[in-house]
Amino acid sequence: MAEMVLMRNFGHADSHTLAAYRAHGGYAAWEKARRMEPAELVEVIKASNLRGLGGAGFPTGTKWSFIPKNHTGPVYLVVNADEGEPGTFKDRYLLERDPHALIEGMLIASRAIRSAYGFVYIRGEYVEPWRRFSAAVREAYDAGHLGRGFDVVVHRGAGAYICGEETGLISSLEGKKGWPKVKPPFPAIKGAFGQPTIVNNVETLACVPPIVERGAAWFAGLGTKTQGGTRMYSVSGRVTRPAVYEAPVSVTLRQLIYEHAGGVSGTGRLKAVVPGGGSAAILTADEIDVTMDVDGLKAAGSMIGSAGVIVMDESVSIPEALMVLARFYAHESCGQCTPCRESTGWIYKMVHRIVEGRGHKDDLDTILDVAKRGGGTTICAFYDGAVGPYISYIEKFRSEFEALIPRA
Amino acid sequence: MSAIQTIAFSPEQLAEVRRLQSLYPDGQGALLPVLHMAQDTFGYISLEAEEYVAGLFGLSPAHVHEVVTFYTLYFRAPKGRHVVAVCHNLSCHLAGAPDILAHVKRRLGIEVGETTEDGRITLQSVECLCACEAAPMMQVDDRYELNLTADKVDRVLEGLR
Repeated sequence: MAEMVLMRNFGHADSHTLAAYRAHGGYAAWEKARRMEPAELVEVIKASNLRGLGGAGFPTGTKWSFIPKNHTGPVYLVVNADEGEPGTFKDRYLLERDPHALIEGMLIASRAIRSAYGFVYIRGEYVEPWRRFSAAVREAYDAGHLGRGFDVVVHRGAGAYICGEETGLISSLEGKKGWPKVKPPFPAIKGAFGQPTIVNNVETLACVPPIVERGAAWFAGLGTKTQGGTRMYSVSGRVTRPAVYEAPVSVTLRQLIYEHAGGVSGTGRLKAVVPGGGSAAILTADEIDVTMDVDGLKAAGSMIGSAGVIVMDESVSIPEALMVLARFYAHESCGQCTPCRESTGWIYKMVHRIVEGRGHKDDLDTILDVAKRGGGTTICAFYDGAVGPYISYIEKFRSEFEALIPRA
Repeated sequence: MSAIQTIAFSPEQLAEVRRLQSLYPDGQGALLPVLHMAQDTFGYISLEAEEYVAGLFGLSPAHVHEVVTFYTLYFRAPKGRHVVAVCHNLSCHLAGAPDILAHVKRRLGIEVGETTEDGRITLQSVECLCACEAAPMMQVDDRYELNLTADKVDRVLEGLR
């Protein structure tokens, strides 16, 4: 098995404690980084080809470089720990098992972007991860890693998927409902509390200490031409061993399912896979020879997103799977933009009645039409994330939907 | 609830509110954490509690109402002593969540959104809690209960007093 970068500490006793983290070389990268210039750190991260692991896959070093050079006021670092993408559970592991890796990544990032203040936004349901991470922050303060030029506030959300969208998260952090904001201005220019802000995912920041310690070339070399490193794949659904697996981003979906997760359970015959969390377009059984990096999935017409892999065997009803996701989008639409607010509810209603055997003969074409018209018309990417499943499930498994619609 | 509850934090809690507000560049950032405190203290967030919290922030009650109603973890009516939230998203669905939910409903004799007559348990059916590797699962108050079977559900529910 390939080298562990992100999960390297998970097997250690009391891996969540400062003592264990230090005993395995923790905070050495920060010692190195604090002697480096901010611009140098940005260049290292750029050269590492680290790309955001929360969903969008944006190059991290490039994002960091967007902080205006002439800005004299505060700059904020915000950690997106609002994990909520269906099929994803990696950040929970990091918060619980290696919280100091995140704190160290935050320290290094704070130096790179010249921030003195960080917020960690943890989803409200993650009570245990929140306690674990808060305890690690207290340890880091006591040890003097925090509080000497960089402070961290741990913030609990209150239940809303949309707060995982970075500008929705910022609204929520500001004490408002989590409505996404129109971009531009991007957060790096005008973010939390009106100041330049970098929002990074937990796992993204956890990559930073190893990069600083072992070099950009090493990290870049672990991955593909356009994306460095390994990442944590959350694999669930009908597989023999559902779990989080770390692998180089060049791993194929076939390898993840058959080598890492032990193959397909249920009937044992693969039908379809969601490769990157609920919002990724579905892939059929013969589309799994694809590399699990940002560009590999894009080329396959889907997206790597948060790398949540949900496996479906032949006994799974695709219309039912779409109904479950359509219910999710209808529930989680924040209600700000009309196309999303109206379509998610309407489409759920149609998929629901199809599954119940009450579908109308035009429903499938109506769903496709509504989905295609609405894509790209909203403030944030939430609705685009819903459109991917609506269209791909129906286009790739149309006959299965049609079989449920009564012929009138 | 028999007596009319006074909606007010203790002096220690008020100090905590001020500390939380001081952590954010704009004190309003502490609104969600303070609403969590309000819910823990008063049991749920009534319109009176919204007004009280609004006063602590110099915000309009309408703004606080807008926030409270936006998020799923704030209760606007009394809830049971325990909250059982069964995940119904895709990975749990594939692992039998509909059967688990049906089992919980039968055991408790209530529907989703209801509270048992003895005030013991409020039942919810919720979106992905991100523990899909251990599906089907549910959240019971602060804890995740993983890899559920009907037997395990029974044991967990019996443990709730």
